[in-house]
Amino acid sequence: MPRRNLKAAFVVGAIAMLAAAAQADDRYGIGRPATPAEIAGWNIDIGRDGSNLPPGSGSVERGRTVFAEQCAACHGDNGQGGVGDRLVGGQGTLASPKPIRTVGSYWPYASTLFDYIRRAMPQNAPQSLSNEDVYAVSAYILSLNGVVPANAVLDAKSLAAVKMPNRDGFVSDPRPDVHNH
Amino acid sequence: MAGVAGSPALAEQENNLPPNVPEWMKAPGDPMGSQPYGTPSVHEKGVVKNISKTLPQYISASGRTPLQELDGIITPNGLFYERHHGGVPTIDPAEHRLMLHGMVDRPLVFTMEDIRRFPSQSRIHFLECSGNPVYTKPYGKTASDLVGLLSCAEWTGVPLKTVLDEAGLQPGAKWIVAEGADAAALTRSIPIEKCLDDAMLVYSQNGERLRPQQGYPLRLLLPGFEGNMNVKWLRRLKVTAEPAYSREETSKYTDPMPDGTSREFTFYMEAKSIITRPSGGQKLTTHGFHEITGIAWSGHGKITSVEISLDEGKSWQQAELQEPVLTRALTRFRLPWHWDGTPAVIQSRAIDETGYTQPTLAELVKVRGLNSFYHNNAIWPWRIDANGEVTNAQA
Repeated sequence: MPRRNLKAAFVVGAIAMLAAAAQADDRYGIGRPATPAEIAGWNIDIGRDGSNLPPGSGSVERGRTVFAEQCAACHGDNGQGGVGDRLVGGQGTLASPKPIRTVGSYWPYASTLFDYIRRAMPQNAPQSLSNEDVYAVSAYILSLNGVVPANAVLDAKSLAAVKMPNRDGFVSDPRPDVHNH
Repeated sequence: MAGVAGSPALAEQENNLPPNVPEWMKAPGDPMGSQPYGTPSVHEKGVVKNISKTLPQYISASGRTPLQELDGIITPNGLFYERHHGGVPTIDPAEHRLMLHGMVDRPLVFTMEDIRRFPSQSRIHFLECSGNPVYTKPYGKTASDLVGLLSCAEWTGVPLKTVLDEAGLQPGAKWIVAEGADAAALTRSIPIEKCLDDAMLVYSQNGERLRPQQGYPLRLLLPGFEGNMNVKWLRRLKVTAEPAYSREETSKYTDPMPDGTSREFTFYMEAKSIITRPSGGQKLTTHGFHEITGIAWSGHGKITSVEISLDEGKSWQQAELQEPVLTRALTRFRLPWHWDGTPAVIQSRAIDETGYTQPTLAELVKVRGLNSFYHNNAIWPWRIDANGEVTNAQA
C-alpha cells in the first residue's frame, strides 16, 4: 500500500478509536464488574464508628479461653507482651519519658481492635477466628485494660459504643515543625 | 598495603600482577548459560542486606540496604530494603486480583493482565521507611544502620488516576483504603489528592517484575510518602469518605510527642541526606585526595542543594549534584576533599525545592522529644580520627 494511503487509514482508524473512547466516557473498558458477593467477601474493613461490624457477639469469659489458646504464646498470659506487642496497661504514661503504648493506653478506637484481630491475628493463622471469637478476644483485651467490665458481652452495637481512653490523643501533622533557617 | 615478603599468598597474588599474565587470561572463563539469572561477582559476597541477627521475630521485621556499598541513585533489586508485617507471601499472578470498590460508579475487578493493559509510565522514586532511624540511642554505626531503610528504583506501572477514572469516583470521595494480600492484610488510608496526583500501581522495578519482597505482583507507589503506605501485594482499593483508622495508622505509624499527644497521618518524608563515603565503619588508608559522596532526597520534591561541612558544622560548602536530579528520587552528591590526616567531623545537609533545610538531631529533638520514633530526618555527622577510622560522631 502506498505510504500516503497507509497514513490516511491510520488517521481514520485513530478517529474511530477516539470516537469510541468518547462514547465510553474516556474509559479503556479494562476490568470486569465486581459482584456484591465478591465485595462482601473481601470488604472486611471496620469503620471507627463500628460500621461493617458483622453480626454475632462474644463475652469476656469466652475471650479468656480464646486468648489463652491463640494469643498468650506471643502476647503473654495477661497481655503483658512477649514476642508480640504488650496489650495491657500504660494508661497515664504517654506524656512521661517512658510512654507505654498499648490497646488500653493508646488505641483510639475499639472497632480497630476487632478489625485488626480479624484480619491479621493470630499471626500464624490470620482470618481463622470466627467473628464470635474475635468479639470475645476483643472484649477480653478491653476488660484487661479496664475499658469494659469483666462480665461484658460485646456485639456490633456495644463495641462501637466503647470509648477508648486515648480517643482524643491524636493531632494532625504540623510539619514542617523545625524552623532552622 | 604492606605484605609479608615470600608468603605463598603473596606469591600467588604477584603471579597475577604486572608484568605477569593473570591466570584468568590463560584459560576460557565460564560458558554462556552458566548463570541464567546473573548474580554479583563472588568477590562481592559481602554486599548484602543489613539484617539484624537479634530481632525478636522475623515475620514482622525489616532489612536494610547497604547504602555505603552502593554508587549512583538506583538500588539493585536484590538489595532493596524490606519491611513486612506478616512475612513475604508467594502469590501466583494468575490468581491475583485487584478489587476497586466503595464510592465509585462501577466497582471493578482487575487481573494482572488487565492492569498491564493500561497505558504505562516509568518513574524513578525513592522509598523510605518512616522509622529510619529512631531518635534514641544506641545510634547506628554505619550509614545502613542509620538510614538503610531507604532505596530508590525505576518503577513501571499505571497512574492510579487512570484506574480510578475507569471506575468513576463519586462525589464525596476523600480517601482510598488500600489493602495488601499478605498475612497482615496491611491496610492504610491514602488521601484522594495523592491518589489523583502522582500515585501509581506498579508491577515492575528496575526493568523486571517486582520482587516478592516488594509486593509481587502489584504494589501501590506513593512518591514521597512513608514506606508502609506504599501497600505491597495490593489486592483492594476502597474509595471512602473518611480514613479506615486501621491499626497501622493509629497504634503504629503515629508520632508520639512529649506532651502525650501523637501526630496522625504523618505522610511525607522530609528532606534528608547522608554521606556514604567516607562513612561509619570505613577507614581512610591514605592521606591526600578523597571524594566525599552521598545521597540526598525529599518527599516534597527535588533536592536543590546539598551542603557539606568539614569542620563540625561551623562552615558549609556546596556539593556538586549529579544529574539527573529528579523529584522524590535519590540525588547523588560529591565534594572533592584532601585529607591531611588531622581528625575531622564531616556532615551533609539537604535543601529541597520548598526551601526546607535538613535539621540537626538536636533541633528535631527540641521540637519532638526522644520518643517520636518516626520521621527522623536528622543530619548524621561522621568523625574521622587520626588513623582514618570513621565513626558516628553522635554515638
